[in-house]
Amino acid sequence: MGDWPYSRAAYSQAPLVRAVVLFCLAGIAACHEPEQTVQLTFWAFGREGAQVAPLLESFEAAHPGIQVSLQQIPWSAAYEKLVTAYVGGQLPDVAQIGNSWLPQFAALQALVELTPWVVRDRLDTADYFSGIWATNRLPQGLYGLPWYVDTRVLFYRTDLLKQAGYATMPQTWAGWERLLHRLVAPPVNARFALALLPDWSPVVILGLQQGATLLGGNGRYGNFRDERFRRALAFYVHLVDARLVPRSGATQLGNLYHEFARGQLAMFWSGPWSVGELRARLPDSLALRWATAPLPGPEGPGVSLAGGSSLVIFRNTRNLEAAWALVRFWAQPEVQLQFYRLTGNLPPRRSVWQQAILQRDQQLEGFWQQLERIEPLPAVPEWEAIAARIHYYAEATASGLLGLDEALARLDQEVDRILEKRRRIATVPR
Amino acid sequence: MKRSWTELRAATWFLAPALAVVLLFLFLPALAAWMLSLTDFDLYTFAEPAALRWVGLRNYLALLQDGRFWKALQNTLIFVGLGGLLTLCLALGAALWIHQRFVRWKAFWRMVYFAPVVTSLVAVAIVWRYLLHARYGLANQALAWLGLPPIDWLGDPQWALPALILMAVWKNYGYDLLIFLAALQAIPEELYDAARMDGASVWQQLRYVTLPALRPMIALAGLITANGYLQVFAEPYVMTQGGPLDATLTLVLLLYEQGFRWWRLGYAAALAFVLFVLMLGLSWMLWRQHRS
Amino acid sequence: MNYRWIRLGHHLLGYAGLVLLAMWTLLPLGWMVAVSLMPSGAASTSPVPLWPDTPTLVQYATLFAHFHMARYLANSLIISGSITLGALLLNAMAGYAFAVLRFRGREALLRLLLMALLIPIHITILPLFLMLRAMGLINSYLGVILPNLASVLGIFLMYQFMRTLPLSLIEAARMDGASEFQIFWRVALPLSRPMLASVGMLTFLGAWNDFLWPLVVLTQHTHYTLPVALANLAGEHVQDVELMMAGSVVTILPVLLLFLGLQRFYLPVLLRSGLAG
Repeated sequence: MGDWPYSRAAYSQAPLVRAVVLFCLAGIAACHEPEQTVQLTFWAFGREGAQVAPLLESFEAAHPGIQVSLQQIPWSAAYEKLVTAYVGGQLPDVAQIGNSWLPQFAALQALVELTPWVVRDRLDTADYFSGIWATNRLPQGLYGLPWYVDTRVLFYRTDLLKQAGYATMPQTWAGWERLLHRLVAPPVNARFALALLPDWSPVVILGLQQGATLLGGNGRYGNFRDERFRRALAFYVHLVDARLVPRSGATQLGNLYHEFARGQLAMFWSGPWSVGELRARLPDSLALRWATAPLPGPEGPGVSLAGGSSLVIFRNTRNLEAAWALVRFWAQPEVQLQFYRLTGNLPPRRSVWQQAILQRDQQLEGFWQQLERIEPLPAVPEWEAIAARIHYYAEATASGLLGLDEALARLDQEVDRILEKRRRIATVPR
Repeated sequence: MKRSWTELRAATWFLAPALAVVLLFLFLPALAAWMLSLTDFDLYTFAEPAALRWVGLRNYLALLQDGRFWKALQNTLIFVGLGGLLTLCLALGAALWIHQRFVRWKAFWRMVYFAPVVTSLVAVAIVWRYLLHARYGLANQALAWLGLPPIDWLGDPQWALPALILMAVWKNYGYDLLIFLAALQAIPEELYDAARMDGASVWQQLRYVTLPALRPMIALAGLITANGYLQVFAEPYVMTQGGPLDATLTLVLLLYEQGFRWWRLGYAAALAFVLFVLMLGLSWMLWRQHRS
Repeated sequence: MNYRWIRLGHHLLGYAGLVLLAMWTLLPLGWMVAVSLMPSGAASTSPVPLWPDTPTLVQYATLFAHFHMARYLANSLIISGSITLGALLLNAMAGYAFAVLRFRGREALLRLLLMALLIPIHITILPLFLMLRAMGLINSYLGVILPNLASVLGIFLMYQFMRTLPLSLIEAARMDGASEFQIFWRVALPLSRPMLASVGMLTFLGAWNDFLWPLVVLTQHTHYTLPVALANLAGEHVQDVELMMAGSVVTILPVLLLFLGLQRFYLPVLLRSGLAG
């Protein structure tokens, strides 16, 4: 019926012979490969994701058999992408992971336990800031290696501080609040004295500074009605009510750095990434007119979050040895120093700070001091969900939608519900 | 007899692919969703499938006790009620306006008003997000021009939902307009002639001829629009992420968040079924109006 | 004399109303295009500009060079195209079977399908995700295409249209000894071209603009369709108005122009599908 594509004449031997020869050649070529190159997939987030490529190249140069394929993901999508990849079975070999997410992925049995490798290669674990190491060392084991540290400190305009009549940053809440009031008044006349981060971290940090435990009963209940957390939330709401801090930062304030440069905003809480942003965006005239300071606490220097990212290896990896090689690469002090130079992200090892960074970079003094006073978050897998509700209720209270006590009562109720399964499952994950 | 056998065989082959898809990807999941809603399927089930438990109607109970569910329900119903009403009114008004005898280039006007309907919801949501920007948006520019103070459309819990409704009306009225125009053109002239001979004014003609004739179509358009609005998702997802403070949290958005962000699949399935029942109820009510 | 002026005024008012409504309808779209031609940062000024001072294509260049827009465009085309072709074939075949063939259980099957119209997508997405995960189809073209390959509405539309085909032609072909498939392919389909075009266009439009399911199933940006990519971009680049407008233009404009130009092909079907629904 149709056309038969090949005529009988085409059934000659020539094509067959050609095919066989080619096959043999391919086989010989394959035999000459020294070893199969290992392909590692590596996920990095945010700015570091974009800037880490040159370091990866030097890794590949040092390990000829390993090729790293880097994927960058924006921070806003990172958590969701990781979880979705877990569900869809598409996790990479190695990834950066926020410290607060570590307990969850460990509970999901998605991570490789790293103690044997750390011991085998004799990694100097005492060199790491202890607050940071604590976030990776879970009761079940060591599940990540800190990649960089992140904490929240105060960024401020030094000239505006002087103008307000202060030589140094106050160390107590009371003193600090007085300063904030001075900043919105003449002669400084900033539109807002302080911008906090538009997420759950400010309230949680204030709570930690008051000594609140956030969760009770070994992480099985909410403990937000506790007097200490209540004081923290009240302080936060007070700052917003007094118009020292803008509400819902995203819409009221324009570009944070823009306003900081224009003197409309005198201070803000942020992390190390803002160092890079400020250096990139501020005009030269303002380059030295800002500094960082550790956070003031209720009665003295306060604690801050032990944040940061770690590197983890996922259990579904097929190249465990190579994956560990990549993780170990980042633990080397020289590499950490280079990483800092490229991205502005702060190294988790004290030796790197002492050797290289602090001498040159006075503007990081705030971080150096704060890193000795950091607290980890409760290591429960449900943290992200709980944090989202904390954020919601903090905003609801600050905007006047809910009263303080009612908000805390409801928050406790919701958190209790979130932790319900945790209470039911009394076993320790394998 | 022989032919009916071959016809049956042919029918099987013809129907098999389409029916297989409908069965596998429509009926089966609907059934599975019901079963899912009776379990405590969540993220940890992926780690330990054996720990999955049958919990009966517990998800539904949790749903009813969840303040966010009620908030989402309220928001969605407001969206349907207010948004639906506004959409229908605008569409009807515009259709009647175009239908006036002196208006020329009817097809052109119709095309213009229909344009937003074929656009991608995500893309227009992004455009509107900037139109409604508190400082750099045209909406507040227009307000300033009229001498009114600016509104933080997407940041103020009181204005966020109305802002989304405004956008939805803009996008969807063209579709209902089309239906109404076609229906208007189908009303026979004799009815109007008879009314005019009885001395009816323009308004009376509208009230006693046009609107009754349009009632089934209005009900139909209402049904389609309401069903669409019950499932509103992309607008809050793109523009406000359900905020501020859950002011624009809708049922499908809550479903997506619980199901695909927190992976509480059992809970989300229960939510899906509640929404389903709601849709059925609404459809039935409006269908009866359409039929009468 | 007076009466004529009144009527003129009435007509002018009428057109004025139409023009106002048209302006309100088109303003967002027009502004979208205008801003997409502005350099970065130009739109974030007060008063808001309505027209670029110096029109430039730099946003589009950035989109395609930096943000892989071409890939997303290709993904959308491939997925929407496949869905359209596949759905047309499957729906036409089913419609033909219902319309032309006589077999037992036809009525019952039709009624069953009618019930399926009631099932909304949000019920199916949760288990569908689990199902496709088991099949290994998460983040693949097939994962988006397969569930959309047949639609009950499409089947009904084809069924209703094919019922109007002259049976005499079909009988004649049968008597000539043609198989049912040949009749379908050579007689029914060519006659159904207008309906196929309409349903095809509507299917393509639906697939192109589809958001929820691709958002759920496509987990990595390599496979994103335009709406999903756009939503993703909007999440990260909140500040870059001009860039986002350009992205919206790419997603909207081609389809919009196509559809507004070819209205007469699908408009009647669109109306009828509303009635069928």
